[in-house]
Amino acid sequence: MIDIKNIAKTFGDRQVLKGIDGCFEPGQTSLIIGGSGTGKSVLLKCMIGLVKPDAGEVIYDGRDFLSGDKDLQKEIRREMGVLFQGSALFDSKTVLDNVRFPLDMLTDQSEEEKLDRAQECLKRVGLENAGDRMPSEISGGMKKRVGIARAIVLNPKYLFCDEPNSGLDPLTSIKIDQLIKEITDEYKVTTVIITHDMNSMMEIGEKIMFLYEGNKLWEGNSDTLTHSNVDELNEFINANKLIREMER
Amino acid sequence: MLTRIGDYFIFLGTLFRNREKMGVYLRLIIDECMSIGVGSIFIVALVNTFIGAVTCVQTAYNLTNPFVPKNIIALIVRDSSILELAPTLSCIVLAGKVGSNIAGELGTMRISEQIDALEVMGINSSSYLILPKVVASVLMFPLLVIMAAFLSILGGYIAGTLAGVISPEEYVSGLRFEYKPFGVTFALIKTVVFAFLVSTISAYQGYNVKGGALEVGTASTSAVTNSCIAIVAADFVLTQVLLT
Ligand SMILES: Nc1ncnc2c1ncn2[C@@H]1O[C@H](COP(=O)(O)OP(=O)(O)OP(=O)(O)O)[C@@H](O)[C@H]1O
Ligand SMILES: [Mg+2]
Repeated sequence: MIDIKNIAKTFGDRQVLKGIDGCFEPGQTSLIIGGSGTGKSVLLKCMIGLVKPDAGEVIYDGRDFLSGDKDLQKEIRREMGVLFQGSALFDSKTVLDNVRFPLDMLTDQSEEEKLDRAQECLKRVGLENAGDRMPSEISGGMKKRVGIARAIVLNPKYLFCDEPNSGLDPLTSIKIDQLIKEITDEYKVTTVIITHDMNSMMEIGEKIMFLYEGNKLWEGNSDTLTHSNVDELNEFINANKLIREMER
Repeated sequence: MLTRIGDYFIFLGTLFRNREKMGVYLRLIIDECMSIGVGSIFIVALVNTFIGAVTCVQTAYNLTNPFVPKNIIALIVRDSSILELAPTLSCIVLAGKVGSNIAGELGTMRISEQIDALEVMGINSSSYLILPKVVASVLMFPLLVIMAAFLSILGGYIAGTLAGVISPEEYVSGLRFEYKPFGVTFALIKTVVFAFLVSTISAYQGYNVKGGALEVGTASTSAVTNSCIAIVAADFVLTQVLLT
């Protein structure tokens, strides 16, 4: 379980996060939704320690991440898998080496074990045949899937995905969502997903947090999403619906 | 400006803190040596051969006094090649080639979140990415400079004899005249310092990029200009300290 308390962050004179609380349960896919530029990625980066918040706490199963010492931080980080908004694959390494990388750096497994595990993860995301291609040679959707494979290769306890399905066709989006859901259920992972995708919200929104201008305005799940009396949220959902109808 | 220099020294500190296992670095260093060293042979060789040739012909042109023996030309080519042209000029060329490459690569990794990806794995990204480049530069620059000095003197020989300003015998006797071995040591000391400056300054510029592709370009440019300024400044200081 991850608990966040009163996370606040200001860049220059712009307050991006204004004190966000929340908790994320294991075995559940928790979604953070909100318009572009509302601070979703910044919140995620605060949680994983890439951005230092001005105030607040992030607690991983009772362990205080931000004020903990370097060794504790390292330990917690090794239990995390992160899929970045732009996949963040290492472009000097092949797909397979990208997936293997955490194993190479952080474990003492034998070559064979590492190769097996990396292949297994690639297979999981349906890319067992793309192992020796370079990231520049594969499509955006494939990159996201490789990013997921790399994020899960060490069996993380905490999985963070920043827009796993933005810019993908609806079918691939659904597949990626299902994949994340399966992994979450199977290994009781605490999964946090940032998304603006209405399908994802309805399908895998076991817990949904709505951010608006740096505040958490609403929290619920896919069943209660459409019955809220928060105007900003309804507007956000309607805009999403409109776009979906236009797509049809 | 002063805070930038302060930041640079703090940045240098992070390179050596919580490093990864030594075995990890070995392969990376070898890879970097290949790209930095082998990749730069051609341009360094070309520039220095021609610089040696030009130095020889120009010196001959300026030495109109018939009482000065011709072999002085070779001596001048030798000393200026070893002491100044090969180390300083090669490192300026390398600042353009290796420096912009380091800054561009790290800058791209920064804006595409690859550095963040390393950090969340609990890897010290600055030492993992930068230390191999610094070590490889400090190892390879001196080798390139030795080759550069040799080719510069050879270039002088070829140009001088082809242009007929000096005979092969005069050139060789000039090369042997009053040779001071410390010149080579001095050149290598300079080169090691330059290599460290070029690689760390370029890495600093690239690693701290904020923004997008435009800023990566700016970082590459400032990596080269700042490296060149650092090289000439260090050149002046080292010459004062070691040669006087
Ligand atoms: N390192 C930074 N320095 C300054 N401002 C930043 C930084 N990172 C983010 N911001 C600002 O914080 C705000 C929120 O950014 P964030 O990336 O969290 O948006 P987002 O909700 O993830 O949007 P999107 O859905 O488009 O990804 C933006 O206005 C952005 O300009
Ligand atoms: Mg974002």
